[in-house]
Amino acid sequence: MTKRSRLRFGASPIVTHAVLIAFSLLMFYPVLWWIFASFKSTPELALPTLWPKEWLWRNYPDGWNALPKYTFTFFYLNSFKLNIATTVLHVLSASLVAFGFARLTFPLKNALFSLLLLTIMLPSQVTLIPQYAMFHSLNWINTYLPFIVPAAMGGAFFIFLLVQFIRGIPRELDESAKIDGCSWLGIYWRIVLPLTRPALVTVTIFSFIWGWDDYFGPLIYLNSVDKYTVPLALRMFIDTQSAVAWGQLLAMSLVSVLPPVAIFFLAQKHFVEGIATTGLKG
Amino acid sequence: MTTTNHSQQQAVPLAPSEAAEVTGRAPAGQQLRPGPRPKPQTAFRRALSRYNAPFAGFLFISPWLIGFLLLQLWPIIQSFYLSFTDYNLLDQAHWIGTKNFRQIAHDRLFFNSLKVTFTYVLTSVPLKLAVALLVAMLLNRAVRGISIYRTLIYLPSLIGGSIAVAVLWRNIFGLDGFINKIVPLLGIAPKNWIGTPTTALATLVILTAWQFGSAMIIFLAGLKQIPAELYEASSVDGASKLRQFVTITLPMLSPVILFNVVMGVINAFQTFTSAFIITNGGPVNSTEVYALFLYKKAFGTFEMGYASALAWILLVIVAIATSINFIVSKYWVFYESEGGAAK
Repeated sequence: MTKRSRLRFGASPIVTHAVLIAFSLLMFYPVLWWIFASFKSTPELALPTLWPKEWLWRNYPDGWNALPKYTFTFFYLNSFKLNIATTVLHVLSASLVAFGFARLTFPLKNALFSLLLLTIMLPSQVTLIPQYAMFHSLNWINTYLPFIVPAAMGGAFFIFLLVQFIRGIPRELDESAKIDGCSWLGIYWRIVLPLTRPALVTVTIFSFIWGWDDYFGPLIYLNSVDKYTVPLALRMFIDTQSAVAWGQLLAMSLVSVLPPVAIFFLAQKHFVEGIATTGLKG
Repeated sequence: MTTTNHSQQQAVPLAPSEAAEVTGRAPAGQQLRPGPRPKPQTAFRRALSRYNAPFAGFLFISPWLIGFLLLQLWPIIQSFYLSFTDYNLLDQAHWIGTKNFRQIAHDRLFFNSLKVTFTYVLTSVPLKLAVALLVAMLLNRAVRGISIYRTLIYLPSLIGGSIAVAVLWRNIFGLDGFINKIVPLLGIAPKNWIGTPTTALATLVILTAWQFGSAMIIFLAGLKQIPAELYEASSVDGASKLRQFVTITLPMLSPVILFNVVMGVINAFQTFTSAFIITNGGPVNSTEVYALFLYKKAFGTFEMGYASALAWILLVIVAIATSINFIVSKYWVFYESEGGAAK
């Protein structure tokens, strides 16, 4: 605290806060407008004002039931099922692999780790078509397997994040466990994994949120409505109606970002730390 | 006696080594550490003994390794092969040589998508990072309420990539969007921003810049690591704020800036969702970014050989852009350990 307050130089804190408040409001205004707009009628949506003249609460139930055959409940269940599965797999696999890279030594380890880092930078378009062809020939199109199977490999970014974290855990604990005859699996499970919990929370958050927002994967791999996730359902909302019911659409869009936002508020600290570690220690 | 010759040559400088060689063949030649030569059949074992888990290590990384080989390396090789074929998913791929690439060289839409993508990358990345750095520096000075500001400013980044925000953007910047009620105050005529070729891409750039939160948090963490003594010393010497920014903040932060630039450029080259939902490449292809063009070829018309060629061209472009970033970084990125000036 003292260190930071010493850093305060130049303009007075009041000016700093004034600029920050103005800027935050500017950045946040579209979201604020969005919240109120979800209660507006279509003609009112053209106005930058926040408060609706007339509150159209029914935008929500009407939007929820607007799509033929299924309500949004169904698409939310799909999204949750899929993302919980991929998130659990990401956490399990990424932590196993990260333990291997951070604690064990074996032939070719450094070369393999460099490859892993390279794949973080690899544009996904290069693997897209053969992967699609592979999943197509395995009859995995229109199932959740094209999401679940790749999640079981851990995800290079998550592995990298966890490796950085595990490297920071003192080795004394696992060395003494080794002397006591604990196996590597035991050290991973009983010693390193519990200490890695903060980073595992970060991976859980990112995996869930990115999976939740993913649009491209579902777009190409899912083609029947009964498999659709929430983003595809929103897209269908735009497509099926000749005159878009903007109030309802904005209401449903707003609901769709609630799960990520709720997670963000519950685990803000992990979030910020997760982003900062991957960016800094790389 | 042929072996003696060899061992004597070694024995000359070190007297006990002759003995060491003898006992080295015995199972426990422990007390003679410096001497023993490996038995041929244990050389492999000894090479492995440098590792604490020569086999278990592979087991631990196997989920990634198998996935890498089957879902990344093999597809990359295959995609290279497919780029020389007329593959269309349903029929057998036929080798057509460099025809795809020759066609691409005459494809007006390809060059259009390149132009759009480069414009997008070169505007959105600097804009986003400049805003991120500026806000990070402001936040670094605010002692109180930092978490409230961070939340408000980060929230758009959290949701910005989702289709929900694309929907929001489509509404805000449309003909009936509320932006059109604000711009006349600035003396700009209202228009359909998304439906006008000259402004459609700008709305996507603004959407990207709006999501500067992650870059900002990385900058903020980097700023916190700059020792306060550096600023104190230079202000004692009478350095201005601007001078401090140029001579302390920028060099100390340069590795973090490099990271943000590299990742920002790579991601920007692959942008898809917002262009797909908000404008679908239009009007008159003014927002048809590379990934969208590729998607339309692969999954619109199922020209998968052609799309594979496009994917490889993208890989080369991204690789060149990243290399340029790293090469140029030698001239502006400052590493404490190398320069040694900071300590």
